Amino acid sequence: MEINNLTIRTLSMLGQRGAFGTTLYEIAKDNNDIIALTADLCNTSGLDRFKESYPNRFINTGIAEQNLIGIAAGLAEGGNIPYATTFSNFIALRACEQIRHFLGYMKENVKLVGLASGFAMGLFGITHYGIEDIAALRSINNLTILSPSDCLEVYKCTLAASQTNCPTYIRLSGIMNNPIVHKNDYDFEIGKAEIIQDGNDIAILATGSMVNNAIKAAQIINNESAVGGGRKLSIKIVNIHTIKPIDADSILNCLKAKLIVTVEEHSIIGGLGSSVAECIASERNKPIQLFIGVSNEYKKAGNYNYMLEQYGLTPQLIAKKIIEKFNTIKN
Amino acid sequence: MKLSSAVLADKIRFDILERVYSIKDGAHIASAFSLAEILAVLFNDILNFKRTDLTSLNRDKFILSKGHGALAYYCALYEMNIITEEEYKSFDTNGGYFPAQPSKSRELGIDFSSGTLGLGLSYAAGLAISKLNKNNRIYVILGDGEHNEGSIWESAMFIGHHKISNITAVVDYNSMQSDGFSKDILQFDLPKMYSACSWEVIECDGHNVEELKNAFNRPTLKPKVIIAKTIKGKGISFMENKKEWHHNRISEEQYKMALKELQEREVKIGN
Repeated sequence: MEINNLTIRTLSMLGQRGAFGTTLYEIAKDNNDIIALTADLCNTSGLDRFKESYPNRFINTGIAEQNLIGIAAGLAEGGNIPYATTFSNFIALRACEQIRHFLGYMKENVKLVGLASGFAMGLFGITHYGIEDIAALRSINNLTILSPSDCLEVYKCTLAASQTNCPTYIRLSGIMNNPIVHKNDYDFEIGKAEIIQDGNDIAILATGSMVNNAIKAAQIINNESAVGGGRKLSIKIVNIHTIKPIDADSILNCLKAKLIVTVEEHSIIGGLGSSVAECIASERNKPIQLFIGVSNEYKKAGNYNYMLEQYGLTPQLIAKKIIEKFNTIKN
Repeated sequence: MKLSSAVLADKIRFDILERVYSIKDGAHIASAFSLAEILAVLFNDILNFKRTDLTSLNRDKFILSKGHGALAYYCALYEMNIITEEEYKSFDTNGGYFPAQPSKSRELGIDFSSGTLGLGLSYAAGLAISKLNKNNRIYVILGDGEHNEGSIWESAMFIGHHKISNITAVVDYNSMQSDGFSKDILQFDLPKMYSACSWEVIECDGHNVEELKNAFNRPTLKPKVIIAKTIKGKGISFMENKKEWHHNRISEEQYKMALKELQEREVKIGN
């Protein structure tokens, strides 16, 4: 697939799930080992075209997530490259022990695709929100965790995962018309964080859907002339597309900032924020860290943007929290 | 000269007893005894691999889904010269390759890590339809108590629906589980449940090597499950059908009594 403005815009319109399905269809053209599996979520995974084009390489396990992971593991042991999809919550929590056993302990080369992490399922409600998946999976040995920031990065993650022998979880987030973070092609490497912009005052480390909101929040902060005594703040933004193994070097390079901020559409317990905190905790000189994410409570369900508002994850609310915290420490 | 599977099963029982006594610690001893004939027939007459071709892609695969049968499994591997005496004697030692539940190692002929129940059948399904195994058979040994796990039924339905006929499951149906008799804990009609999932169901005496062989060799177009009726602790009278022997250590006195029983049994089989 050629990466140009048109493909970037098309993938974005499809949202991360559609972008994943399109990518898998494309890479499976030249790689007969790739098999797509889903637990009764073919269309939702963007896999309709894959299923029609490669019916012998498509497996629907029915609504059976535990079996989904076990079958994928057996396929991987037998020389295939299985991509297994279902809602992130159902993969990470219902089939968590299967992931530990087959991907962690037995190191089977399975690619898990967690659909609609965060609040993408909107009014479906709490059962369908994926806000604990990173926390549940991050402690499992041998598992790579990818969290793409936009649809082009979904393409990059899906492709890169097929080229490694590492058991991998790809966390898809956001809804259709996924914001474009990368307007042009760029270099992507698993385990190597992407510096979106450099800066000295504040370092914002974000993942998945929140990379775009962090970029917008930084713009809002800089537009508020009152902040920093009228001086424009210098803000670094880092896209942590690989949650595990975390890019410790890139995180330690942020220690000179006065404030480190982590932003994620995931529980503030056990996710990106925790991961960053673990990285910097034993450093002597470090800034304080502001955790922005999903607070530890189940609020009443609503659509995607409503939920982001409720948990303070819109660009405006992220900017507000950062400004408030920065004002308490700037002197 | 190839041993008969009945003699091999006997040797496996002696090995099990010897190992448990030598480690001076608890082990899943009764589950090991109930598996002796099933493993003897499987390794002696059915599986197509030897020590020299463990890493070959063109061989059958063996999944011990009920991981607590590990001791009998290691004894079978030892008697079949797949693992060495030294390896076999490293059972249950710190940092060893042969812990109380098997840990996957293709080089040692261990195709599956187990211990947590209900996972073997799904893995077998994936293996059976994978690129490298379409022409190989996948054998899975499960416990009857293990069928309490819902994940087994997700796999049983899938395998039946897709008619994955290169899978043979064997249920070591010893009617007991950790807390006692299965009928008192969770009773269900296992043959009917497999039939309802479109499997070929064969019931047999799991301590009769001829019946087991016939069951393995019966051709079917469907996935096959052999429900092998066994006795937990089979061969040692004071262990048979006693839940306290699910996981236990053995005293010197008990060891001597058990050894005597196995020796008497051997004579009878010999006759």
